[in-house]
Amino acid sequence: MELPMSAARDTSRWLPWHAIVVFGFLYLPIVTLIVYSFNGPGVGGFPPHNLTLDWYRMLFADDAIWESVLNSVIVAFAAMAISLTFGIPAALALDRANFPGKTLFRRLVLLPLILPGIISGLSLLMLFRAADVKLSLLTIVLGHGTALISVATTEVFAGLQKLDRTQEEASLDLGANYWQTFWRVTIPNLRLSIIGAALLIFTLSMDEIAVSFFLIGRDNTLPLEIWGRLRRGITPEINAISSIIFIFSLIAIVSWYRLRMNAGGKREIAAEFVEAA
Amino acid sequence: MATTTEPVVTSAKAGLQPLLAIRNVAKSFGRNPVLRDISLQIAEGEFLTILGESGSGKTTLLRIIAGFESADSGEILMEGERLDVLPPYRRRVNTVFQNYALFPHLTVEENVGYGLRVTKLPKTEIADRVTEALAMVKMTAFAKSKPAKISGGQQQRIALARALVNRPRLLLLDEPLSALDANLRRQMQVELKSLQREVGISFVFVTHDQEEAMVMSDRIALLRMGELEQVASPREIYSHPATAYTAQFIGHTNLLRGEIKSGIVHCNSLSWRVGLPEGPALFSLRPENIRIVPPATDNADVNVVTFHGKIRHQAFHGATELLQVVCDDGHTLSVRTATREQRQGDLHLEFSPMDAVPVRESAISTSGERG
Amino acid sequence: MFSRAYRAAITLPPLIWVVLFLLIPYGLLFCYSFWSVSPSQTIVHSWTLDNYRELFRVNVYLQTLVRSMWIAARVMTFSLLLGYPLAYFLSFYAGPRKDLFYQLVIIPLWVSYLVRAYAWKTILGSDGVLNTLLQYVHLTKHPLEFLLYSPFAVVLTLTHIYTPFTVLPIYAALEHIPRNLVEASHDLGASPLQTFWRVIFPLSIPGVLAGATFAFVLSLGDFLAPLLLGGPSGIMISNIVVSLFGAAYNWPLGAAISLCMLILVVSLLFLSEKLEKKWSFR
Repeated sequence: MELPMSAARDTSRWLPWHAIVVFGFLYLPIVTLIVYSFNGPGVGGFPPHNLTLDWYRMLFADDAIWESVLNSVIVAFAAMAISLTFGIPAALALDRANFPGKTLFRRLVLLPLILPGIISGLSLLMLFRAADVKLSLLTIVLGHGTALISVATTEVFAGLQKLDRTQEEASLDLGANYWQTFWRVTIPNLRLSIIGAALLIFTLSMDEIAVSFFLIGRDNTLPLEIWGRLRRGITPEINAISSIIFIFSLIAIVSWYRLRMNAGGKREIAAEFVEAA
Repeated sequence: MATTTEPVVTSAKAGLQPLLAIRNVAKSFGRNPVLRDISLQIAEGEFLTILGESGSGKTTLLRIIAGFESADSGEILMEGERLDVLPPYRRRVNTVFQNYALFPHLTVEENVGYGLRVTKLPKTEIADRVTEALAMVKMTAFAKSKPAKISGGQQQRIALARALVNRPRLLLLDEPLSALDANLRRQMQVELKSLQREVGISFVFVTHDQEEAMVMSDRIALLRMGELEQVASPREIYSHPATAYTAQFIGHTNLLRGEIKSGIVHCNSLSWRVGLPEGPALFSLRPENIRIVPPATDNADVNVVTFHGKIRHQAFHGATELLQVVCDDGHTLSVRTATREQRQGDLHLEFSPMDAVPVRESAISTSGERG
Repeated sequence: MFSRAYRAAITLPPLIWVVLFLLIPYGLLFCYSFWSVSPSQTIVHSWTLDNYRELFRVNVYLQTLVRSMWIAARVMTFSLLLGYPLAYFLSFYAGPRKDLFYQLVIIPLWVSYLVRAYAWKTILGSDGVLNTLLQYVHLTKHPLEFLLYSPFAVVLTLTHIYTPFTVLPIYAALEHIPRNLVEASHDLGASPLQTFWRVIFPLSIPGVLAGATFAFVLSLGDFLAPLLLGGPSGIMISNIVVSLFGAAYNWPLGAAISLCMLILVVSLLFLSEKLEKKWSFR
């Protein structure tokens, strides 16, 4: 329902303009980046001229970048596996079980969502140091997995609220045991939430830099590879890869959103942030 | 029979300028016409109920009066001045919402005083009027509570107080009793009616419950698919329904279809004299107007119509029973009588011709087409 | 309805993981903060309060912390100022295009932080887009230096990053407000502006608090934007920690600062939660 017509007449007309300005603010840098990825002489300098695909060509020939992309993908899949394996039971536990320390558990699980990455990263670094584990892609996987459990838990928990309990009861009533009910009824009903969570976790892991910063070994993930180059100086190749990253993120996020709309309302998506905070 | 439906306005308070005049109001949502050419007048101090099924447009009409929707065409005047050009916060009209719409972040007394605070009345006057309003709805003890802590019935009283404290010219009530259970509802009907008498403000009450309408109203405006079927007092509308729809919507009835030839109407095997023109005809006969008589009275008394029938079904309603009687010609009639033990087999029944009220078909048939 | 075995099965694995990878690491952080580093660059496991004394003794730590909080406060304020009207627009004005606009808000949210920070770097530099544009249209003659490698750049970039973070919870809170409350307010004589201040805004406060907390806490602990755009005057507390774990090799001191940050963040979260509860359907 919108504000009644009579009220809208009176209300400030600046609101839509404000929205345009803010959207502009949010998108302009990205658009600039994409435009300049085609810019001849490189970054900077208005107006853009000498449009070229050179930077993209350079990008595709750059082995180090592609190696880091591969690393990132491996890490993302592994992190996804960990986050879902531990995040789904965590959501179930929060929904259905009562045990001492449940509140603390809930806060701990959700904490990485809002904690600055540096603290998450450093604390894990200390763990690996104490356990004498060498830093590598594995440590990054463990870092991402841990941090992103919170995402899996939040998504699945929201999906659980929409779940029709009587379906599980019916399953038990008809003779299936808990394990069977879990796989035949609970998980299929949570399918959309799980896929949505997986998509989100994958995307976040691909982009993750704060935690990875401290846990990096010899092999770079994509963001860290880019970071390294940024420290050495700007190359317009970065614009090209950034544009590509943006396109992929765009596709991933819109897909995730569509999925979530089927699994539950948009209120829940935003409400989870209120919950987590 | 394609006549436009005209509201049959009877027993309006004579001699006074109407408080509210609704003239030719129409409203569509997209291509869906919700209100078609509504004209209605509301008098000072009257309790008018807008009665209709869901989808009849009754809530839309109320919202147009309140100012939350604007009509596509037509106008509304309050005491002669255009009301529909004003935004809701400038109208001397207040609304009691269906789910009360109490402000959860304010206490009961802050809720009640809200309208007074935003129009910047002096604090002392606000306090006095709020106290008065709370006393009127008997909720003084709950002044400092929050809405979440009080029951549905209590919330409804607060919604009422919040509206009335502003001394509006007109109070709109959007199905305020629908969320209450049956007993509480009946109690509130009585209270609302006496409250209205006490404050003397015109109430426009929207409901789909015809019994409620009959209990509370001075007049009922029956709305069907965006048009007014009939506007009359409860007694009038019950005993002289204008259309078949009205007869069936309000109370139970039997609809008798027949053919009039030379001053006599023939409805299946029943016939009686009428002073109506030739042609097809439709009559409404209330079940309570059919009497069961002993078999011996088979005389040719022209003042009654007699027939035989067998009971097919007997429904117990406490004080009365409703019988489904199959007549000799195969048609079924409903008959309402005082409760008796199990009745057997054949019955002899009669009714007076003057209880068979001629009614029109509605201007809008059930498929929504005109004519 | 659920057996003990079922509940144990869903509780234990995540519980163990959380203990192993969250609780113990925080515990280590705690321990390290009380240890010290020897001249030969090894960690000495003897308990001491030296690190904490150091924090309060040496000015630079407190100064940097204050500057970081000031930057975080500005980011929070600007994000809210930009985000609230946008959320309001989305909830009350967007009509059938609500969906589309909502997606437009969350897309930047999830697009790589690095990409966005880098984008600002290319825009704000002396040879960057903004400066050359301004010179091109003859608004300025020389590049504006303060645009990059300054706290201004950090605040600008972080505001850009965290504005969507504020829009979402505020939007959720606004959506939860039953529309008949707005109608009731109008019905009782309140103008749209009065309705906003007396009804809509108070009921949206939990969302505002959530968004503010996000923006503040995450800005406070940010170290990437300062590294890319902050320059010497834009160093934040996390940068100090980073260097303590890197070149300036002093893990215990870094741990002490990190622990302080952790405690600060957790306290802010508690505070925010308490306030939110107070303002929920008040």
